[in-house]
Amino acid sequence: MNIGLTEYLIVSAILFSLGIFGIITRKNAIMVLMGLELVLNSANINFIAFAKYGGMNIDGHIAALCVIILAAAEAAVALAIVLNIYQNFKHINVDEIVKMKD
Amino acid sequence: MEDLLFYIFAAIVIGSASVVVLSKNIMYSAFSLLFTFFGIAGLYVLLFADFVALTQIMVYIGGILVLIIFGVMLTTKITGVDIKTGTTGKVQLITASVVVAIIAVTLIMLFTNVEWVSREFVQPNTTIEGLGFALMTEYLLPFEVASVLLLIALVGAALIARRK
Repeated sequence: MNIGLTEYLIVSAILFSLGIFGIITRKNAIMVLMGLELVLNSANINFIAFAKYGGMNIDGHIAALCVIILAAAEAAVALAIVLNIYQNFKHINVDEIVKMKD
Repeated sequence: MEDLLFYIFAAIVIGSASVVVLSKNIMYSAFSLLFTFFGIAGLYVLLFADFVALTQIMVYIGGILVLIIFGVMLTTKITGVDIKTGTTGKVQLITASVVVAIIAVTLIMLFTNVEWVSREFVQPNTTIEGLGFALMTEYLLPFEVASVLLLIALVGAALIARRK
């Protein structure tokens, strides 16, 4: 069997579902972040697969690079927020944090 | 050969991503995320995206994963037993599994049934030259916006994480 576009899309679909599963079943904020990274990576696989098989070429690569930049910025800010939450609440369970301030 | 490599990388990606979301220990999750990112970089190489694959390794593994591991170590009590990933209850777990299974089946059905328009692929020697030209001409504005965004994220993260 020859590997084509569909195989890459199926891999990214499974990765996306696993990421969503991680986001909605975990309480720990850092686990939610890891699920988010999986979702972003699955989107990236789609971009690169279409860059090769769909004729997007360089445009697809640029979109993937922009996603990587956004993911880096998001991870830095999100972890800063998580550290701040940990200092205030002594835990980072996202379902128990219901107050914005004391 | 290429098919075999694809299956190996796909197995690495999906297997270690399952460990990430299913593992009880958050440190195991963080470390298997490493293998997921490496596998995805391998998939990029198979798709002739050399620069994106290198960026994936440098930014995701060198940057984001290190940040995540720092976050894990700073927010869990290593000495205690409180290093769990903290799953929600049984009901939520079952509901989530059903919802995710529906999403996965829908996506896979969609991807396999659509007749994608496929173009003839011209295999370039390297994508770096094309990427450089594109970033300096057609995509100059997104490039500059990305640099400003990274600066804002740097300042914002330093400000938020600062101890009062």
